[in-house]
Amino acid sequence: MTEQPLLDVTDLRVLIGGRHILHGVGLDVAGHGVTALLGRNGAGKTTTVRGILGLVPRSGSVRLDGEETVALPTHALVRRGIGYAPEDRGVFAGLTVAENLRLAERRGAGEPAYALVHELFPELKQRARQLAGTLSGGQQQMVAIGRTLLNTNRLIIADEPTKGLAPKVVTEVAQVLERAAEAVPVLLVEQNLAVVRRLAAHCVVLADGRTAHRGPADELLGDAEAARRLLGVGHGPLTPHTAEADS
Amino acid sequence: MSTPTTETHERTEGPVTPAPRAGTPRLLRWWPAAVLLLLVVAPFSAVPVPGLLDGPLGSAGSLQLLATCLLFGALATGYDLLLGRTGLLSFGHALYFASGSYATNVFLLEAGLPFALAAVLGLLFGIALALVLGSVSLRVTGIGFSMVTLAFAQAGSILVSRNPGGITGGEEGRAAPAGLLPSWLVGIDHTANLYWIALAYLVLTLSVVAWAVRSPTGRVWEGIKENERRVEVLGLKPYGFKLTAFVVAGALAALGGIVHLLLTGGSTPQTTTSDFTLSLLVMVVLGGSGTRWGPMVGGILYTWADHRLGDLAGSGTVADLPAVLRVPLSQPLFLLGVLFVAVVHLLPGGLARLPSRLRAVAHRKETADQ
Amino acid sequence: MSTLVLLTMTGLGLGALYFLIASGLSLIFGLMDVLNFAHGALLSIGAYGTWWAASGNLPGAGPGGAGFVLAVLFGTAVGTAAAVLLELAVVRPLYTRPREQVLATVGVGLAVPALLSGIWGPDARTFPGPEALSGTFGLLGAQVPVNRLVLIAAAVVVLVALRLFLGRTRHGLVVRAGVEDRAMVTALGIDVRRAFTLVFAIGGCAAALGGALGGLYFGSVDPRQGTSLLIFAFVVVVTGGMGSVTGAAVASVVIGLVQQFANYYTAAGLGDLAVVVLLAALLLIRPRGLTGRLA
Repeated sequence: MTEQPLLDVTDLRVLIGGRHILHGVGLDVAGHGVTALLGRNGAGKTTTVRGILGLVPRSGSVRLDGEETVALPTHALVRRGIGYAPEDRGVFAGLTVAENLRLAERRGAGEPAYALVHELFPELKQRARQLAGTLSGGQQQMVAIGRTLLNTNRLIIADEPTKGLAPKVVTEVAQVLERAAEAVPVLLVEQNLAVVRRLAAHCVVLADGRTAHRGPADELLGDAEAARRLLGVGHGPLTPHTAEADS
Repeated sequence: MSTPTTETHERTEGPVTPAPRAGTPRLLRWWPAAVLLLLVVAPFSAVPVPGLLDGPLGSAGSLQLLATCLLFGALATGYDLLLGRTGLLSFGHALYFASGSYATNVFLLEAGLPFALAAVLGLLFGIALALVLGSVSLRVTGIGFSMVTLAFAQAGSILVSRNPGGITGGEEGRAAPAGLLPSWLVGIDHTANLYWIALAYLVLTLSVVAWAVRSPTGRVWEGIKENERRVEVLGLKPYGFKLTAFVVAGALAALGGIVHLLLTGGSTPQTTTSDFTLSLLVMVVLGGSGTRWGPMVGGILYTWADHRLGDLAGSGTVADLPAVLRVPLSQPLFLLGVLFVAVVHLLPGGLARLPSRLRAVAHRKETADQ
Repeated sequence: MSTLVLLTMTGLGLGALYFLIASGLSLIFGLMDVLNFAHGALLSIGAYGTWWAASGNLPGAGPGGAGFVLAVLFGTAVGTAAAVLLELAVVRPLYTRPREQVLATVGVGLAVPALLSGIWGPDARTFPGPEALSGTFGLLGAQVPVNRLVLIAAAVVVLVALRLFLGRTRHGLVVRAGVEDRAMVTALGIDVRRAFTLVFAIGGCAAALGGALGGLYFGSVDPRQGTSLLIFAFVVVVTGGMGSVTGAAVASVVIGLVQQFANYYTAAGLGDLAVVVLLAALLLIRPRGLTGRLA
């Protein structure tokens, strides 16, 4: 990677309740394609993402396109062009689908791309007036991803977007992310290695709150021994994690 | 040649300077005993304390004020068992204080019991009330707990002011029957005795709190304060531990109510109000919640300031000031409220944290100078 | 029958007053997790502001007609400004320390009534009002004071306005979303702190209006009025569900009526007691309030 990374995180530390959750994570997201953030459960993937966004108190350096953002409050960083689909989807249950999307509209981030969102997720248009809390898990994930596609972003961060979804919906979500990544770089936290294999060019692996490995994704996934050591997956063919295994 | 000389010079000086510093804490550790001794003999002293007290130290007026200060220092210490040690924000502490005072008074007035028996029954009543209402209130957590305690205390306050059966005296409150009290506790000549009782109550409260927080139960309280979920994960049920804290704090408050009954010669409905609990809260936060001496210092300072500011408000010095200064200065509660907000903002940890903060500033300055 | 009507109207008037305090309290708590102990003080500021203006201190304002409307507007504006100041100067700097935020409002709640009594004395002052609002009107054989109707009308207007604001505007959308999940709102690039100031302004405005009209209801103002009403507003907030404006409206009516009827038909003061015990009972049965959702 010779070009300047879009997102450059160095020595990210997070301290919650007097305990270090992250001890200095480093990662970079290339200016195009999908970068996967991997690691076993509890390795600190979600905390890393929340630390980057400033949703938890953190120190270190987070550079977006060369600009240091670690001192910025979350909303100011997001306004610089980040779309975020959190681990629990972060959908507002008491708001309708349309209101959830309208809330995500940002001024100065281009005309809201409702055409694109509705083309990718026609269901969201049909269910515009339904309360988001009454949607299925897959539909809620569509709302979460739809919110990241509504604005013209520089980076999309998706935290386990396929978690707990039916196999058919997993494929659908992966397709959408693949298409989104053609226009905007994506930082993807993912347990489903089949999805990683399909989408990610680069990967960063965390272990115990530290960066344990960085490199091309296919290289890691092709090396069964390294994959087992870093990700805790079994010998033999890499079986994708199932929803049951995660929850 | 000069360089090594400087080095040796520094080296010899190094260990010399800390030596007296290491000696002082050992002496300082005895300061509470020294202060206690001074407080015990205070009634025998005729030393004037201009500015702080109106009359000489041993005069009845001064002793009365000092005793009130000590009483509230102890009350705040007991209240902090909930707030600072267990992390429970109760808005109903006044209820247990008032129940000690009113129950004892009612046993004296209505049943004509001797004081010692009435006091024991009053204390038991306060403990039973704390046990019953605490076991109910603690079923909810967080701000819900605060509001349930507030509701119960408010119910008590309304009951007292409604004067059911004429036993509480309503808005007027009720004077304790002087005839039924031991003669050495009645009258201005015996203020010193009341003062010693207040002092004993303070020592008792400090001891109970210090002992309790160091006990195994106290360590669980600390865990509950930090993170209740983690205590649950360890297989402990926080409920019983929180109830223990609630009842111990309630018992101490009820005892304080009895001391207050003696000290003021009656029960007054002001002690049942939520404002009374809020003033305890202000004392604790002012002095430093969760510290050994902080709540006591806060309680003493608040009570003293409340009295002295009240006197100041009536004095000629304030009356001559322009309205802009006179109006706020004539309202002790205004000044204390503002002071409280200022402490919350500027001095997290209260006055108890002040010395270590000053030390830190001085240290930073020292290092900067070097 | 006439007693029943009078009690109902008085209970509704009282409920309306509770709603004006509780709606803001509920929004502030729902969005910020701050139980605003200074909310009663905001009501008192509104009441004293109106009283001061209507007593002939503000040019154009007075005890009658348009002058009184101006006085009410003035009192409400002062209360709103005080609420904004409270949020910006006292609450906001403690953003990362939620418990201290509550404590700081406790301090303000103590200081403001003391200041008011320092300036205008601790005793109740007669509240001036227009002739038209001090009379009574006949309703089903009962002579009902007009001021009850004024309070009810004001509460209905505030309720409708709040519902429109929450349902139809972007700021309202941000508030509703913030009540659910504050962090996620910021993660969508929205500065949620601006919504904090906004709900304080709205809450202060409603409470100050309650203070101005409460002066009519009680016929006088005194420094402790707001604080003594605050506890019943807490009951309403908990009964109606934290963060729910509609819940607060329903709960206000119920509490106001229960209190009036119980005070009249049982011993005086028992209604107050019943309401406070109701708070404890409700919290124990449903710790999160009755609806728990904003609407």
